[in-house]
Amino acid sequence: MFEIKNLNASIQDKQILKDFNLKVNPGEVHAIMGPNGSGKSTLAHVCAGREEYEISSGSVRLDGVNLLDLEPEERAVRGLFLAFQYPVEIPGVASMTFLKSALSAHYKFNGKKELTIPEFMKLIKEKSNSLNISDDMIKRPLNVGFSGGEKKRNEVLQMTLLEPKICILDETDSGLDIDALRLVANGVNLLRSKERSFVVITHYQRLLDYIEPDFVHIMADGKIIETGDKNLALDLEKTGYNDYIEKDI
Amino acid sequence: MPAIKETVEQVLDIDVDNYKYGWSTDLESERAPKGLSKDVIKFISNKKEEPEWMLEWRYDAYERFLTMKEPDWAKVSYPRMDLNDIYYYSAPKNTEGPESLDEIDPEILKTYEKLGIPLKEQEFLAGIKNNIAVDAVFDSVSVVTTFKDKLAEVGIIFCPISEAIKEHPDLVKKYISSVVPKSDNYYAALNSAVFTDGSFVYIPPNVRCPMELSTYFRINDVNTGQFERTLIIADKGSYVSYLEGCTAPKRDENQLHAAVVELVALEDAEIKYSTVQNWYPGNSEGIGGIYNFVTKRGDCRGDRSKISWTQVETGSAITWKYPSCILRGDGSSGEFYSIAISNAFQQIDSGTKMVHLGKNTKSKIISKGISAGKSSNAYRGLVSSHKKAENARNFTQCDSLLIGNNCSAHTVPYIESKNKSSIFEHEATTSKISDDQIFYCCQRGIGKEDAIALIVNGFCKEVLQKLPMEFAVEAQKLVGISLEGSVG
Repeated sequence: MFEIKNLNASIQDKQILKDFNLKVNPGEVHAIMGPNGSGKSTLAHVCAGREEYEISSGSVRLDGVNLLDLEPEERAVRGLFLAFQYPVEIPGVASMTFLKSALSAHYKFNGKKELTIPEFMKLIKEKSNSLNISDDMIKRPLNVGFSGGEKKRNEVLQMTLLEPKICILDETDSGLDIDALRLVANGVNLLRSKERSFVVITHYQRLLDYIEPDFVHIMADGKIIETGDKNLALDLEKTGYNDYIEKDI
Repeated sequence: MPAIKETVEQVLDIDVDNYKYGWSTDLESERAPKGLSKDVIKFISNKKEEPEWMLEWRYDAYERFLTMKEPDWAKVSYPRMDLNDIYYYSAPKNTEGPESLDEIDPEILKTYEKLGIPLKEQEFLAGIKNNIAVDAVFDSVSVVTTFKDKLAEVGIIFCPISEAIKEHPDLVKKYISSVVPKSDNYYAALNSAVFTDGSFVYIPPNVRCPMELSTYFRINDVNTGQFERTLIIADKGSYVSYLEGCTAPKRDENQLHAAVVELVALEDAEIKYSTVQNWYPGNSEGIGGIYNFVTKRGDCRGDRSKISWTQVETGSAITWKYPSCILRGDGSSGEFYSIAISNAFQQIDSGTKMVHLGKNTKSKIISKGISAGKSSNAYRGLVSSHKKAENARNFTQCDSLLIGNNCSAHTVPYIESKNKSSIFEHEATTSKISDDQIFYCCQRGIGKEDAIALIVNGFCKEVLQKLPMEFAVEAQKLVGISLEGSVG
């Protein structure tokens, strides 16, 4: 279970998250929607352990362990995965090499025997096929010269390989055309299971047509102001955020 | 890829201030009197049982040295060394002329074993280790050269230079200082006067050297300078690949290493020279470390000859080193591939010179500088073409990577073209490992230091690929280890 309690975080003395609360049971998909500047991306980065943020109080627990006490890499191997809005380019490092290093770190933590090169290649091939990722793309330096769609597919590929318990998707739909969006959403849907949960951060309802959420939350000014089912997202699409924000005030 | 994992593990195993090769071996040593003088030069020459001409040659170099000044144009700063406070000769006792490994002090063998340098031919022959012939130089003497006999079967001479002076005087006389003149520079002149040992290689015409040749330098004794001299001659149509490795114990005093390496490639010959330099770099406060003032130069004397330098420089407090190529023969080519890593208080001023003299000569320079800590890392290079060098062609790529906010990178390229047909290209980039990149790696479970090793290995991949297999893995590990402690 993934649970955020009374989380307060700020950057450069500006408070972004204000007593934020969220509880995600295994297998659930939660969508978080909200206007620009409401703190959605901050939430994702604070959970993953980005250093710039000052956390004054609260906890982020995954299966009882407070992730805020851990280094980013420790959070990752325990099962937290962040799909980045802007995946980072690493020149000279082949995607394959990167994937192998990441997977090795996870296996090491879980006491699993590391895959041999042929086993690893086989696994990659299998997983990348469903995402329409070519061999060529895996050999290229990580994210360098990748199109928007390729970058996001690569994020989903990593998610597929690392088998996290909780996946946070930070505006994964941004910059994607409709075909790319379908591919990515399909990749995510394949990963849905009873044990794995998702927090999907998005501006637009469109993504939720493909990844159907169990809960939709509206976030404004650093906290959740409204929670509903998928119909909330549809309503929001019609009315815009302002109605909800004003209602809250 | 397993190498990255190993890098990771090694980095985890080692403390910030821990230089892996920093231990020293306790041995009784025999030294020359401290300081620099004609007497000391004579002492060295006597020790090496050199012929009279060699002693005269050394005296001549010494006379020239006395008229020269230490250069100050490099971007390094350090307190000048008192050259009279150094031992110019130090040798472990009882090592003169060992006939076989059995006659070598077991402590020395253990030293090399601990360093991972295989000296036992039996192991090679049994196929346990890769086929590499090694000349092991310990302070001022070569303690053993392996595979000499096997190489001699195809006419290759691979021996300590002190032995070559006695046994192959004609070859030595003909080629020594023909590439790096005695008075080439301050350190080269000093080396010519007091050099103690090093390797000599001669590859006869049309012979492809059947194994990698290597020299492993170890400074062990305290207050000792190492002045090695290496001379490699590849006769017409021959090929040789040569590797060089270096380490030294951790000591608080700075130690001087002033080497001269000369390469001569005749018609259609090719020499590939690789270095992994890992002298003690000093501690994280900048105390101690080796002063590495080295002159390395290759002469592509024959037409269509080729010389390729590959270096991985991670050690030394101060590095002053410019492996160069004189492209004399028509159609000859020179290459320089370099990774220079500086951390803590290390200072590097390194690069190359490609001097195009012949027609249709080509050169390529790929330099990757990585600075971390409070270090300074400068690339200094010269590409020149002379009047007769029709169609000279050079490509230079010079990339710098910065880690953290307290280090610096400098690029000082000189280009001189005296021939209109020359085409010289220079590309340079400077980048920084961003927090975003590190965070991205961490978010995938890769720890910070491993992330840096991964990124840096990617940054210098082009050069790592140029190293012989066995060295590439070693070098990749070294990259990770030398940068350890570079992020807070």
